Amino acid sequence: MLQENIRRILSEHGKLPVDVTTLADESDLYESGLTSLTTVNIMLAIEDHFDIEFEDSMLSRATFQSVNSLADAIEELLEN
Amino acid sequence: MGTQATQIDSNRSFDDIIGLVESAGTSTIAKFADEVDRDARFPTEAFDALKEARLLSSMVPAKFGGDGLSVKEICRVCEKMAIYDASTAMIYAMHQIQVACIVHHAQDDEYFGNYLREMCDKQLLLASATTEIGVGGDVRSSICAVNVEGDRFTLTKKAPVISYALASDAIMVTCRSSEDAPGQDQSVVLVKTEDHELEQIAGWDTLGFRGTCSSGFVVTSSGHADQIMSVPYADVLAKSMHPVSHLTWGSLWTGLAASAVEVARKTVREAARKNPDAQPISALRLSEVNELLFSMRSGLHQAIDEYEALLAAGDDRAFQNFGFAIKVNNVKVRCSEMVVDIVGKALQIVGISGYKNDSAKSLSRHLRDAYGASLMVNNDRIRGHNATMQIAHKGS
Repeated sequence: MLQENIRRILSEHGKLPVDVTTLADESDLYESGLTSLTTVNIMLAIEDHFDIEFEDSMLSRATFQSVNSLADAIEELLEN
Repeated sequence: MGTQATQIDSNRSFDDIIGLVESAGTSTIAKFADEVDRDARFPTEAFDALKEARLLSSMVPAKFGGDGLSVKEICRVCEKMAIYDASTAMIYAMHQIQVACIVHHAQDDEYFGNYLREMCDKQLLLASATTEIGVGGDVRSSICAVNVEGDRFTLTKKAPVISYALASDAIMVTCRSSEDAPGQDQSVVLVKTEDHELEQIAGWDTLGFRGTCSSGFVVTSSGHADQIMSVPYADVLAKSMHPVSHLTWGSLWTGLAASAVEVARKTVREAARKNPDAQPISALRLSEVNELLFSMRSGLHQAIDEYEALLAAGDDRAFQNFGFAIKVNNVKVRCSEMVVDIVGKALQIVGISGYKNDSAKSLSRHLRDAYGASLMVNNDRIRGHNATMQIAHKGS
């Protein structure tokens, strides 16, 4: 469910040259064309959608690397 | 648990203390900041919360009942507190400067050691009366003198400014060390609220830092001769009052600047959300203002680290050194001018909603507070001192 939401946000804001539905949960989003600007757009869209705010400590490539890493971060923020 | 709290968590860490500042900041300090500013009144609610959290004794060594924080840690507390309200942080800083003077110079003295214990127990608030009408703002010269007869003293001072005098529990007053002493032979006397009378001679209706209530007073006081610090004021000034003032002020101005930049950042994020296809132009401005904040903080932190190193080295002559005094003065003049620049640039990013007084993003108080920084101890006076020392000092 979380992964589906992330995929939808990625397809709307990620501007990836590939079809997001074809990506595995572990696929490297940067290798799939994610840029630093689109990373920020995805972050803002996720914050809006889930009503959360990313911690500064999470603002690294690792957090945005894959659908699963994003899901982990969102879960952590939702728990707090 | 009131201000007489006796429960001391002697094991609380610095992170715990920062957590307490954040908690008091969001629950109380920020909430009353606009009202304190509007009415130019003492931030009573904020200080009730700080006393409740036993933060007034943060710098007092643990053996007296405080947290034993270093100046560096106190500076971080000041920076954090200023995010919520710069007036509250300024009062907190001015109190800690007085605490530093006692801790560095008189804690082994029986009277002052007991006073530190009492300060922790009752969370006492210390004010200061250094400048005097007739000396032209020169803190290294006094007209008034402490008059000792037997074991009692009397002292009267006409002070153009005593911040939060009416809310304080004691005032540290500088004066000539005796009726016969020259103007530069000065002592510091701790004058208790119950032993003094204050006659107000000037008000405090200012642009900014309105909560500090820095009105002028004639202080008429008496007390026990033990309340006169035995160390000459010149030494207290060089080792403690001068550096701790500029380092804590620089810290709280940095917090004030950072707070304005956060409002700017919110604005930029909103713009980015509205139009995800293009990076907002204001993001570039945000990046620029963050560079300034970085420079401000870097110079400040370097000076704080050098001061801590000198304290640790234990050679008191080092504090009299021109090079050290120039650096401390540089922190004051640079930070006090950069804070105006940074808040102004943040306002440019936030735009008209920052210019409005009644907007959630108003930077009115930030801007008005920022302009006070270069005036409280006028930068030109400090530059004048630096200019004199620069001619002699070779280490550029």
